[in-house]
Amino acid sequence: MVQTFRICEQHSGRSFICEPGQSVLKAMEQQGLRCVPVGCRGGGCGLCKVRVLAGDYECGKMSRVHIPPDALAKGEVLACRIYPQSDLAIECQPQQAVGQVTK
Amino acid sequence: MKKGVMRPGHVQIRVLDMDEALKHYTDLLGLIETDRDDQGRVYLKAWTEVDKFSVVLREADEPGMDFMAFKVVDETALQQLEKDLVAFGVEVEQIPEGELKDCGRRIRFTVPSGHAFELFADKLYTGKWGVTDVNPEAWPRGLQGMKAVRFDHCLLYGPELAATYDIFVNVLGFHLAEQVLDPEGNRIAQFLTVSMKEHDIAFIHHEEKGKFHHASFFLETWEDVLRAADLITMTDTSIDIGPTRHGLTHGKTIYFFDPSGNRNEVFCGGDYTYPDHKPVTWQAEQLGKAIFYHDRQLNERFLTVLT
Ligand code: FES
Ligand SMILES: [Fe+2]
Repeated sequence: MVQTFRICEQHSGRSFICEPGQSVLKAMEQQGLRCVPVGCRGGGCGLCKVRVLAGDYECGKMSRVHIPPDALAKGEVLACRIYPQSDLAIECQPQQAVGQVTK
Repeated sequence: MKKGVMRPGHVQIRVLDMDEALKHYTDLLGLIETDRDDQGRVYLKAWTEVDKFSVVLREADEPGMDFMAFKVVDETALQQLEKDLVAFGVEVEQIPEGELKDCGRRIRFTVPSGHAFELFADKLYTGKWGVTDVNPEAWPRGLQGMKAVRFDHCLLYGPELAATYDIFVNVLGFHLAEQVLDPEGNRIAQFLTVSMKEHDIAFIHHEEKGKFHHASFFLETWEDVLRAADLITMTDTSIDIGPTRHGLTHGKTIYFFDPSGNRNEVFCGGDYTYPDHKPVTWQAEQLGKAIFYHDRQLNERFLTVLT
């Protein structure tokens, strides 16, 4: 039996299962949840930024503008680029007013 | 083309992982690798393009666009454009011949939207890939994936569209093909061309400077766009939206992402323009329909997901 991990998003209280080698964002999308915003899914746009409150994970490459080294040290990561190695508690970043097409 | 700027020449895109990116741009998009340099950059072209490369990938720790370049008709035109830019108050940087392999000297400048552009007159002419110059066959065998026909345009996000318009239209000789106006009459999107295409470059207003929305590649038919969608699924590539139609340009399109989160488009069709055509105007209140003609509403990602 494959070991799976439970990911708990604190703001929404939602949780979902993530398989080893699967990104947290992809697992969430597969289970039809929307508790973390989905953007490029490639570590480039920063939309899926979360803070990991507890648990172990591996990171893929992430854009340095969105995750500078000091943020990474505080557990800030991009959900599309983290691969859990244990159950995780994560928390969405407060949504900043992102770009509007208005003057 | 009244000032001698002829067409898009190349775009340099930053990627987080070169191997993953290269697989995406060659196996999926169907571009052809033509060279590499000692900075580790990889040079690619689409098969109908006559010059050696049109896409340059550079590995970096943040994705996005380094610059986009336009080819001008000759060195005389390049010198004149350089003088005109300087006279207009634009700071111009000299990039020597060979800085990109087999490319002549380039001039580089940054426009008020925060994006870097280049002009050049010479690049090694290698001819269309896989077909002869004389009595050519319809298409070459051995193309991969979506079989992209050419690098077509970029859409960029940034502020100060009016000042950016002035440089492109008044100095570089571009023509406004389509626009989106807000109720006060401010232009919040501008589609600019030096050809009969509805856009060789497009800008959408955004507070943050220098953001990259997408690089777009031309396909021949709607069937090709549907096939591209199949390939996106087969390769589990991150999709944005489509296949659908744009209101702006009326092109038939699909948006997806490269492995570093840079958005790509492949599209077919689209309207044409001549310099005597008045710009096509979309009202900001109809922005949903202007961008996604079928859904008639924007997906959140269109405005917020940028590199
Ligand atoms: S979705 Fe774009 S960085 Fe994760
Ligand atoms: Fe486009």
